[in-house]
Amino acid sequence: MPKIAANPDLKAGSAFFMYLFFLLLLPQVTGAQQNIIPDDTFFQGGRSGEVPAETYPLPAINIVVGDNPNDAGETINITWDRSPDDFTGGKVKEYRIFRAEVIDGQPGEYKEVGDIPAGKTVYSYQDGNTRDGVSYYYVVQAVNFLKINNELAWLAETLSEPAGPVKSAAQWFDWRRSNALIGVLLLSSFIIIFIRQARSGKELFIRKIAGLEAVDEAVGRATEMGKKIFYIPGLSDMDNMQTIASITILGRVAELAAQYETWLEVPVCRSMVMVTAKEVVKEAYSKVGRPDAFQEDQVHYLTDDQFGYAAGIDGMVVRERPATIFFMGTFYAESLILAETGNSIGAIQIAGTAMPSQLPFFVAACDYTLIGEELFTASAYLSKEPKLLGSIKGQDMGKAVMLVAIITGIIMETFGIWDFSSLFSVIE
Amino acid sequence: MRREIPLLITGIVGVGFVIQYFIPHAPFSYMSDWFSDWFSIIGACAIVLGALNLMKISIQKVISRKKDWGYAAVIIASFLLIVIIGMVEGKDFRVPGTNFDWLYRYMYIPLSATMFAILAFFVASASYRAFRARNFEATLLLIAAFFVMMGRVPVGDIITGFMPEGWRLSNLASWVMNYPQAAGQRAIMIGIGLGIVSTSLRVILGIERSHIGGGE
Repeated sequence: MPKIAANPDLKAGSAFFMYLFFLLLLPQVTGAQQNIIPDDTFFQGGRSGEVPAETYPLPAINIVVGDNPNDAGETINITWDRSPDDFTGGKVKEYRIFRAEVIDGQPGEYKEVGDIPAGKTVYSYQDGNTRDGVSYYYVVQAVNFLKINNELAWLAETLSEPAGPVKSAAQWFDWRRSNALIGVLLLSSFIIIFIRQARSGKELFIRKIAGLEAVDEAVGRATEMGKKIFYIPGLSDMDNMQTIASITILGRVAELAAQYETWLEVPVCRSMVMVTAKEVVKEAYSKVGRPDAFQEDQVHYLTDDQFGYAAGIDGMVVRERPATIFFMGTFYAESLILAETGNSIGAIQIAGTAMPSQLPFFVAACDYTLIGEELFTASAYLSKEPKLLGSIKGQDMGKAVMLVAIITGIIMETFGIWDFSSLFSVIE
Repeated sequence: MRREIPLLITGIVGVGFVIQYFIPHAPFSYMSDWFSDWFSIIGACAIVLGALNLMKISIQKVISRKKDWGYAAVIIASFLLIVIIGMVEGKDFRVPGTNFDWLYRYMYIPLSATMFAILAFFVASASYRAFRARNFEATLLLIAAFFVMMGRVPVGDIITGFMPEGWRLSNLASWVMNYPQAAGQRAIMIGIGLGIVSTSLRVILGIERSHIGGGE
């Protein structure tokens, strides 16, 4: 098969036209980048030529760099005062922040780490991408530019003096949380002091809590009627303190149910709560000498779904008509659905939750309601153990301190003496 | 040892968590995420226990023809249906248009919405009981509720339109919600906060043991 030889004239012509193409067109295609945003002119404050000389803004001033305090490291704060050309209609449109790693005592190549639009008096930027222990220099670039039809026509930049060197580091204490630490230590001290007092045999007065006084009566009623007791531990898992409080109350209720030989049923909506509740109920039955009365089916799983759980319990309540229902733990919108269904069959109902938005529903539909903190005191109250009662007393002392603080705050803030509430600000 | 080891673990982890709140330095800064991840992993594994428990009880009920065994049969059928379809459709089971998605959209969502909708009727019956003016406190509650409810609907402002701005029913409702209601709720929140700290401390110190099955 013959090869087609290339025409030498044609080849030369093609090369010539291609050369012309690159010579004429390429600079126009890439011109904006090459002439207006030159990387190599970074430290010269932009380039003259196509950029009008009078468009260059004055640089940002008073650049201060420092490690971000109270953090886990890897963050440096940069603050600066505005350029004299930064005002409405002024030359500064934005600021760009550049960072250079220190190599052999000198700043290396600067790389942009962020930008902030102009229009403020004092600026700050947080560079959250540093390496702890490495020294950096920072410069802030005041930028002016013109856009025509969304296309960048020119760009004029002026650099500040470099600031640094600076290193980021992790801290061993978050000083913003010192108020919380003082509060925790104070409350813990009260609790420990009262636990010690209770251990030493000192009589501690705890006010009567109607909802907890009624637990015996509620279990007794179910026994008399020969009906079941339902215990609903709420929607949350074992990572929620309300569920833990609920499980501790379940232990006491299970002991009573075992003593009175009344069937206790615990439908749960979390697998881990099921495992824990099963163990607690089993232990309670053993404790009162009736391990044989415990059946695995007493504590059973329904579903993780909120309304599926509510529907399941409603169905069981309507079909099996228990004499007593306990609602203890975290509840959301299903609280009223459950409590009203229980109310409709005439069951004696005792509820307890620390969800303030659900409390009115329980108050309206249940016979007794443990409001907020009462749920957490229930275990101690029911067991009458001195150590546990001591902790409630300590909690009350904490409340007294809060009361004094509130009154002091009201007086100080009302008369403008001091910003007292700032002492209680908590950083999330 | 059956109790001591869980108590020890609880104490160490509890103290660790208190410390990590105040110390931002590694490894404390990672603790919250680590434990959250581990809790999710354990929770995901534990769901099998729950599902197996549900199936076991339902199957037993059907086999022994216990009272209301028909409901248990519905649970088994629904469970198997959703699990099999989800398995067959593989990792794309949530993509719109799949059979699983159809079940979710046209069965699960309407069922959930129905349960939620029942709440409206229960609110009416509970309100009726709560707002009966049996004593002074209940009467106060009734009056406050009346003003708040009237202030939350347009007719409230129409009725009091002749009054100066700031004195209309919507303003009164906002005042009740922002001051007496917020004050009461904050008092409850303070109590809850103290209760949580106190219970946590009891659990961390090993004084509270009921949650691991018993007292001493």
